[in-house]
Amino acid sequence: MTAVREQTAHHPPPSAGRPRRSPGPGPRRPSKDGGPGVWPYVLIAPAVLGTLYLLVHPLVRAVVISLQDFGLRQLILGDARFVGLDNYGTLLGDSRFWEVVRRTFLFMAVNVVLIMVLSTLVALMIERLGRFGRFAVLSSLVLTWAMPVIAATTVFQWLFHSEFGIVNAVLTDLGFTSFDRYAWFAHGPAAFAILVALVVWQSVPFAAITLYSALTTVPVELYESARLDGASGARIFRSITFPVVRPIFLLVFSLEVIWTFKAFVQIWVMTNGGPGDATTILPVYAVQTALSSQRYDLGSAASIVTVVLMSGVLVLYFRQMFRQEDELA
Amino acid sequence: MTTTRPRMRRIPLNAAAAVTVALCLFPVYWMVATAFTPARDIQSDSPRLVPRTWTLDHFRTAVGADGFGLFWRNSLLVTLSAVLLSLVVALGSAYAVARMRWKGRRQFMLMVFIAQMAPWESLIIPVYIISRDTGMLDRLPTLTLVYFMMTLPFTVIVLRGFIGTIPPELEESAQVDGCTRLGAFRHIAFPLLAPGLMATSLFGYITAWNEFAYANFLIIKQQDNRTLPVWLSSFQNVFGTDWGATMAASTLFAAPALVVFLLLQRHVTSGFAAGAVKG
Repeated sequence: MTAVREQTAHHPPPSAGRPRRSPGPGPRRPSKDGGPGVWPYVLIAPAVLGTLYLLVHPLVRAVVISLQDFGLRQLILGDARFVGLDNYGTLLGDSRFWEVVRRTFLFMAVNVVLIMVLSTLVALMIERLGRFGRFAVLSSLVLTWAMPVIAATTVFQWLFHSEFGIVNAVLTDLGFTSFDRYAWFAHGPAAFAILVALVVWQSVPFAAITLYSALTTVPVELYESARLDGASGARIFRSITFPVVRPIFLLVFSLEVIWTFKAFVQIWVMTNGGPGDATTILPVYAVQTALSSQRYDLGSAASIVTVVLMSGVLVLYFRQMFRQEDELA
Repeated sequence: MTTTRPRMRRIPLNAAAAVTVALCLFPVYWMVATAFTPARDIQSDSPRLVPRTWTLDHFRTAVGADGFGLFWRNSLLVTLSAVLLSLVVALGSAYAVARMRWKGRRQFMLMVFIAQMAPWESLIIPVYIISRDTGMLDRLPTLTLVYFMMTLPFTVIVLRGFIGTIPPELEESAQVDGCTRLGAFRHIAFPLLAPGLMATSLFGYITAWNEFAYANFLIIKQQDNRTLPVWLSSFQNVFGTDWGATMAASTLFAAPALVVFLLLQRHVTSGFAAGAVKG
């Protein structure tokens, strides 16, 4: 998010920790030539219309379909009729759906905890490195970050290939002979673990770099005086570092939670939700239900449930965001 | 003791740094290395970390594959048109937000921030059905529109920031000298904005270049309209167990993004586009 940039680059959060609110909304500089009239509305019209047609419209359509009886027949003939909340009833009464919801939260929790812990450690490490080390670590993080999702997914499939994959070869050489020709993608937990590894590998760079930029805004004097007072490393982190980077930490946290759902692509390409259902999370379940089983109504209902679950996190994210906006306005 | 201790204490730190670098780089390295390794070495029981001999065969296979040039062209076409469209549309909105006072400004930015977090993974089904109803399935302009909407909010946010950093006095004095408001913007602000436009478009470019889900579900029957990510994901089906060629194709696909990021690294690491590009 740019907010992250703006906060780190221009608005180092005041060390007092309390966000400062500016007196009024108003633009940075009032225009001097009287009111701008209709011009601003003309200028934003294309963006608003685009958003309405390409974003709001599909969302509304998803809600409508989720309230209809909409299968292959209705897709072709277009005579869908409303059935109220029947689809949601069917969905919530399905034990497979609840299994998927449970797995979605597990996937999210494992990913987010690993990402936040690892990236905080990496960010703290970068801060303490010398010039060369810092450059090397940042460059490799950027390179990882830049790796396109599909390319990364393909490479991970190759790394964990059962016959010629390097991981199996190394594990076998190390004496774990049970990994000789171990078919990772045929075992549920193993496939799940590989997907977590892939998502964490792809997500840590962004989180670590962002947290590191936040760390650089902590005034050096605070560290010095804390050290003079004899504070331990853990104590310094708890009392000085963390309070300053807390807003950024929360932003990154909520972004990572939301982005868990973007793992749709990796899952779809790598395992298609399998083996069995072992890697099926909500977005995958929705698309499978809709496009493979032709139950567009149930798929849409599952999508709406996903959006509702996500918006809980979004509230947290936007609360951070608006403090930001108030500061900038 | 005081002189050796800091150095001793740096050893675990540097070791951790080395491990981080290795974990980050290994998959990328292994992709490139496999792409250059001869087929018989790839299919050996004891893979070597550094290929014994190098070959360009896999790249020839990948480039010579059916439709490679076509998919490359499709990807480029869709990406460029989506990014250009969103730049033009975003420039207007960003100018209105950064430079003018009007009712609904905050509400508009609220809409932009919400749109930035749009749950695109959950909109695949309605977008598929809408495209089907309007006869837009299997067509590249559909993808262009979707990618335009994906990159638009971010572009507005970033451009607003850039325009905000240009002092309005510059334009005002040009207006005093007889320029129109548009003329003042075009001759004064726009040249200053160029680097911002470049950078923004590069990140939009990467988002669109990498997009898979919509390209996969909206282009079904017309295989000639597929884009590179979809082609790459089906590469293994096409080439079976030819992992050398698959890795060569991945390398060719990833190279533009990797190069762009390394060139922009200074901006990226100073938090420049934080969060803009998430796979």
